[in-house]
Amino acid sequence: MSAISVRDLRKSYGTYEALRGISFEIKEGEVFGLLGPNGAGKTTTIEILEGYRTRDGGDVEVLGFDPERAGSAFRERIGVVLQQSQLWPNLTVAETHRMFAGYYEQPRNVDEVITLVGLDEKRDARVKTLSGGQKRRLDLGVALVGDPDLVFLDEPTTGFDPAARRAAWDMIRSLRSLGKTILLTTHYLDEAEQLADRLAVLREGVIIREGTPAELTGGSNETEIRYRKDGHDVVVRTTDPTKSLHKLTAEALAEGRELEGLSVHRPTLEDVYLSLTAEHQE
Amino acid sequence: MRLFRHQLKWEQRLFWRSRESAVFVFLFPILLFALLTAVYNGHIDGRPAAQVLLAGMIGYGAANTAFAGLAITLVSRREIGILKRIRATPLPPAVYLTAVLVSIMIVFAIQVASLFALGRFLKSTPWPSHVLSLVLALALGAAAFAALGLAITGFIRSLEGSSAVLNVIVLPTAFLSGSFGQTRHYPQVLRAIGDVLPLKYLLDLIKGIYLHGQQFWDKPLAIAVLGAWGLFGMAVALRTFRWEPREG
Repeated sequence: MSAISVRDLRKSYGTYEALRGISFEIKEGEVFGLLGPNGAGKTTTIEILEGYRTRDGGDVEVLGFDPERAGSAFRERIGVVLQQSQLWPNLTVAETHRMFAGYYEQPRNVDEVITLVGLDEKRDARVKTLSGGQKRRLDLGVALVGDPDLVFLDEPTTGFDPAARRAAWDMIRSLRSLGKTILLTTHYLDEAEQLADRLAVLREGVIIREGTPAELTGGSNETEIRYRKDGHDVVVRTTDPTKSLHKLTAEALAEGRELEGLSVHRPTLEDVYLSLTAEHQE
Repeated sequence: MRLFRHQLKWEQRLFWRSRESAVFVFLFPILLFALLTAVYNGHIDGRPAAQVLLAGMIGYGAANTAFAGLAITLVSRREIGILKRIRATPLPPAVYLTAVLVSIMIVFAIQVASLFALGRFLKSTPWPSHVLSLVLALALGAAAFAALGLAITGFIRSLEGSSAVLNVIVLPTAFLSGSFGQTRHYPQVLRAIGDVLPLKYLLDLIKGIYLHGQQFWDKPLAIAVLGAWGLFGMAVALRTFRWEPREG
């Protein structure tokens, strides 16, 4: 079953084409990452799927609804974390959750949600006293209080320190284990690699690569060998690393010198991503 | 209906918990009334000054609460993304806005009752005799100001400037319309401006009912002008009201 199905989605702002015909499917229970630099069209895509924006062309189905025309029945089943939003500074964490819980037919238990997002200690603290990371967790709690089947996370960890990011990742993994479908946008490659079952790389309104993180990195089978010779960096890219390395080390042994700073390195998602986006920049 | 009651309860809690709204929106007209009655004694237009000022402050309260207070609330919620966030929930937008409007009406009603009680306590001003007429007049006036408040949110771009902009509108309006005393001795230009503002007609209604024993229906012109301002506000609001913060 597809939770989200997008075919040839197009959107322009004036003469600027933000989305130039993108297609993808997200299965139920899957964590799908939309990855791309700023301005690639990630937020436009997610906001069309959430029902905030209208599309100019293409077909979109989210949980069987067309988000452009869907009403309360659709919103009962989705949870949304916006890229930038704040909540009422004068309410407490628990009150904010209770207020949102009242909008849904069958909300989750508020205390459970607060525990899930790790805000137990801040239960009765006013929102204005929370740190940035805690506010983001509140956003997530409020998105989960309606017990949604599908959760949209638009750059959920932007601006987090490394510890807060790890904590957020654990939280997103625990959502996945609850069987929620998650659509996540990010411009952090490690985040996509850590969390997503599958991902699509978006650039200038076009999906330039799609697959599992392993498929994306496996698509390029070059290995990079680096070492220093006479004070200069030497980089060898090869599809035949065993042979190249053997040749290199044999030469060095014969000449009795050391391969300084030798490293052998498989391309990471980051390398693939940078080379993909660079190709398109040219 | 369940959603409406739920939202109304939280709107009331939000209003009274925020010091800014409780002081500047609710308390300010009451404080101003206490100050003005301490300064003005005697009579205005042949009526005890305290009664005339009481009527004036109720009118000012309508503009300050239903227009400026509502607009500041909605602009601040829009700019920090709360309105956008609410739209992702099953709460229908119409139910949400109705709850916000009814909540501000409740605040205004408490404000009016407090003004009457304070007038009674300080200056022995009488309770209103035609209560139903007064309620109708205030409901019409507050509704017209609320519609204008919704309309102006589309023209206020940021939260920072909003309360300054609104005070620049509300205070001169109250002055020109006669909230702080009679306008008969104002220069003709200023009176002409006052004559097109909605607050003047709300004050006509309040003064007619409270000071001169009239009924709501005795001032059809005032009713028509307030109604027209209200419809104008709604028409503009339908075109310009935004749920999302400005980009960037």
